[in-house]
Amino acid sequence: MSNAEAAPIPDFRDMATERFDTSMHLANAARQADERGYEDFLIVDVDSHHYENEASAEIAEFIDNPILRHEVKYQGISRKGITTGFGQYQELGGRVTRYPLRKSEHVPETPHRDITLMRRWMDAMGVDIACMFPTPLLNLGLVPRVDLEVELADAYNRWLCETILQEDSRLKSMLYLPFNDPEACLKTIEKYGDHKGVIGFMVTSTRYRGVYDNAYAKTYRALEERNLPLGFHTGLGGQEPGLSTCNRFLTLHALGFAWHNMLHLSNWVINGLPERFPKLKTLWIEAGLAWIPFVMQRLDNEYMMRPSDAPLLKKKPSDYMRDMFYTSQPMEMVNNSKALELTFEMIDAPNQLLYSSDYPHWDMDLPSTIYDLPFLDQAAKRNILGGNAQRLFNLEPILAEHKLAKQAAKRQAAPG
Amino acid sequence: MQEVLICKHGDIEDGTVRIVRVNEYDIGIIRQGGRYYAYRNRCPHQGGPACEGVRMPGVYDDIDENGLFHGQKFDEDDIHIVCPWHGYEFHLSDGTNVCDPKLRLRKFDVIERDGNVYVSA
Repeated sequence: MSNAEAAPIPDFRDMATERFDTSMHLANAARQADERGYEDFLIVDVDSHHYENEASAEIAEFIDNPILRHEVKYQGISRKGITTGFGQYQELGGRVTRYPLRKSEHVPETPHRDITLMRRWMDAMGVDIACMFPTPLLNLGLVPRVDLEVELADAYNRWLCETILQEDSRLKSMLYLPFNDPEACLKTIEKYGDHKGVIGFMVTSTRYRGVYDNAYAKTYRALEERNLPLGFHTGLGGQEPGLSTCNRFLTLHALGFAWHNMLHLSNWVINGLPERFPKLKTLWIEAGLAWIPFVMQRLDNEYMMRPSDAPLLKKKPSDYMRDMFYTSQPMEMVNNSKALELTFEMIDAPNQLLYSSDYPHWDMDLPSTIYDLPFLDQAAKRNILGGNAQRLFNLEPILAEHKLAKQAAKRQAAPG
Repeated sequence: MQEVLICKHGDIEDGTVRIVRVNEYDIGIIRQGGRYYAYRNRCPHQGGPACEGVRMPGVYDDIDENGLFHGQKFDEDDIHIVCPWHGYEFHLSDGTNVCDPKLRLRKFDVIERDGNVYVSA
C-alpha cells in the first residue's frame, strides 16, 4: 500500500463545478464513434432538433404582420408550465440534465449559437449531415388561429434558411408546411423549395386535417415535380380526447407519438395517395418502428375484406408501406431482438430506413443503436446510417472535417 | 486489481461526484449520505456517462391495502443514480438497474484509510 499512498491524486473532473458542454456531455459518444470507425462512411441524422424558442425574439423580426410580431415578442413561442399538459416534462424532472443546463452552455459569438450547438453534438456522435427540426413549433398545427400558423411558419422558415441553413452545408431541414392552409403550403414550397439546405417539407402530425383532402393536391404535385420528400413529424398530442386520459408522460409519449403517424399513414394509403402521386416520397418521422408491422397487418387484413373502401389500391397496403421511408428513433430495443429483426425485414430496412437521433431530446438514439445490430451486414448498416438518406434527399456526401482528418491520418500511418 | 488513491477524505463534498480515470476506466466516485460509492461512468443502455447525472430518491406510487392510490412519494432510503442521457436509473447501493436487475453499473470497491480514499480497480 505504500506505493499507492505515495502516489499523487489523479486528475479529475468535479461535476459540482464543471460547466455544461455538449462535447463533454457526449464524450462517450465520441469514443463509440472512434471505436466503430465512423470516419470511414457518411452518417446522416434525419431527425434532430434545436430549440427555436430560444431565438423567439430573432424569429419575431421575420413576422410581417405587426400584431402577430408583437404577440410573439411578448409571449415567446414555447410551451409553459405544469398546467399546460406534459409539454415541459421531456426533461424528466431534471433527470435528463442537458435540458436545464443547455442554456448555460458557452458558445462563441459567431456563428449563430444553434450552429455551434448542432456542430458539437454532430461531431461527438460522428454525424456528418443533420436534418434539423424545431421543438415547440411541432405543436403549432393545433393552434386555432390559422393565420398565426401561416405567419409564424413563414417567419421560422425564413429565419432558418437565412440564419442557419445558409451558413453551414452540413445542416439541412425539411421546412414547416402550414397544413391548416393548403394554399399557404403551396406558396411555402414555391418560396423555399430551391433554398440552400432545404431537402423537403414537413407536416406536423398533431393536427385535425385529413391528408386526403383535395385541397392538398397542388401541394403534393408541387413536391412530386420537385422530387422533394414529404415528411410527417409526429408528436405527443395530449389534446386528443382518448389520449387526454394519459396521466403519465410515459403513456402519452408511448402511444401519442405512434398514434398520430398511424392515423395519417393509414389515411394516406387507403385513400390511394401513393397511386395519385406515385413519385411523391413520404417519410414517417419519430414514431419508432414497432407500430409499422401492426398497421401493415391490420390494413392488409381489412383491405382483403373491404376492397371497395380502397379501390385505388393495386396492391396490399403493406406493399405501399414498404415503399415508404421511416426514421429509426426511438427504436424499441428492450428484450425484443426477434421482433426488431422481423420489423426490419417487413419494412425493407436496408433500403427504406433512415437513422435519426432526435438529439437533444430525452429519448435520443446514437448511431451505435444501428451499427451494433447483430442481424445487419455492413452494407445495410451504412445504408441506414447514411446511404439511404443520401439517395432519398440527393445529398452531396459531405464528411465532417474531423472525420476527413482521421482518414488522412490513417492513410499516412498505413504501411507502404 | 490495485488500490488507487483518489482523494483525501472530505475533498468530495457530500452529494457530489468526481470523475477519475483509473486504468482504462472512467469511474464516478460518489459521496452520498456520508458514504463513498464508485461505479464505472458508462451506462449499459447506450453508453451514457451515468455517474455525471443527478442522484435522486426513487419514486413510488403510494397504494394502500384496499388498492387505493394516494399519490406519488419519494423513497428517501433508496437513492438512484440517474444517467443524464436518457434517465436510466440505478440503485446507488449496488448499481443494479431499477427496472431490470440484470442491467448494472460496474461497481468498484472504495476503501477509506488514514484519511484517504482509494478505489480498487
